[in-house]
Amino acid sequence: MPLRLQRTLVVAAVCMIAGCAGIEPWVQPYERDRLADPIMSFERDPVSAAYLQKLYDIREGARGATGGAGGGCGCN
Amino acid sequence: MVPPAARVVVAAATEVAEGASSMRFPIIVVTGLMVVASAGLTAVSEAAVLPEERIDVMYHYYDGGGITVEGPSVLVRKQFGESFSVQGKYHVDTISGASIDVITTASPYREERTEIAGTVDYLRGDTLLSFGVVRSDENDYKGRSFNIGVSQEVFAAMTTLSMGYVRGSDEIGRTGEPDFLEELDRHSWRLGVTQVVTRNMLAELSFETITDKGFLNNPYRQVRYLDPEPGRGYSFQPEVYPRRRTSNAVALRTRYHLPYRAAVHAEYRYFSDDWGIDAHAARIGYTHATLPRLILDIQYRYYTQGAADFWSDLYPFRSAQNFLARDKELSRYDSHAVRLGVSYDLLRSRMAFIERGTVNFVYDWITADYRDFRDLRVSAESPGEEPTYSLSANVFQLYFSFWF
Repeated sequence: MPLRLQRTLVVAAVCMIAGCAGIEPWVQPYERDRLADPIMSFERDPVSAAYLQKLYDIREGARGATGGAGGGCGCN
Repeated sequence: MVPPAARVVVAAATEVAEGASSMRFPIIVVTGLMVVASAGLTAVSEAAVLPEERIDVMYHYYDGGGITVEGPSVLVRKQFGESFSVQGKYHVDTISGASIDVITTASPYREERTEIAGTVDYLRGDTLLSFGVVRSDENDYKGRSFNIGVSQEVFAAMTTLSMGYVRGSDEIGRTGEPDFLEELDRHSWRLGVTQVVTRNMLAELSFETITDKGFLNNPYRQVRYLDPEPGRGYSFQPEVYPRRRTSNAVALRTRYHLPYRAAVHAEYRYFSDDWGIDAHAARIGYTHATLPRLILDIQYRYYTQGAADFWSDLYPFRSAQNFLARDKELSRYDSHAVRLGVSYDLLRSRMAFIERGTVNFVYDWITADYRDFRDLRVSAESPGEEPTYSLSANVFQLYFSFWF
């Protein structure tokens, strides 16, 4: 990956987290009902997601960054 | 004072940074930011949760490029107490048929792959730690790996930071040659940020770097070169790959909940490696859930990649380069995929130990058009004038899911 892209990622992360530190959460827990809907999950059915990801990985030159951070909703 | 969660991140980050000299700068910086965020923002965060308890039983079927791959896949997730969750997975690929590579170079193919995986998750406050192992066996290939991960909710659970490490050790054999044994080591480092953007929108930014060291060839595949001796005008020799590969990928995903019960999602991933391959993948989709008991999914995916620097469909003479590859997976090509999925609610709270059950059917239609990889099943007047190869595949998944 070009060094310029790496630096851009770092700067983006700095801005994201620095921004979080200075401001209040703008979506309250009681406002996250839609985000808690299973249809908003990045990986609704893990067995299917893993199968399809493997299918692409072995047939393509590219790989990685397939997600999986999960969470982010804070609805539970 | 640094909270316990942040100390865990520091320990994991140290191990990550020691292994990846080329990526040390961004990993250390981003990890440091995660530590700062963990230390400064946990006071306002909410509790993370363990993975949901569920069982998935799937039958999968792939038919494309002259081969079929089918078999079962079973996933079980169970919680123990308030802090632990255990996951087990069993997956089988049974392969039959003959791909374009088998037909043109008479090489054998793998018949069955069995994968067994186990993961333990540990929840403490806002931090979720995970440790997993994966074992994959074929008659000529053994894969072993372990993975560790940590995710941390911060900023009133509006942001989830995650990082992970995977170490794989593979052994490669060749059918009919018991003395052939090669090894492959793999390290993977992952970073991720999931963000609540609005009350209707989620976004996820992922980054992963992977390094391989060892035997990266397919031991059966061949490259071809111009040779006037046989009547067809070319001959074959074994491919030769570099013994190292480092790749980076970054992806952005978003999901948006519409005013009614439906969601749209979009994704873009950029990939680059030191073999000269650049790739772009984009995906858009729509999920419709307003019908009684039904959830419908439709999705389109586009993928394009360039070729490895040393790749060629036809080399000018034998051993023309130090590295030789004719794998279509390393060639220049475009791919389109369309997915249709249906999920139907079988039951809800009708049984004491099962809360919900669904039956699901997913169909993918995938095409790939190779720009330089030629179809040697078709003879041409002179080598290199054969038509380029294209592939069409049908992929079916039928699975039952139960939550308890």
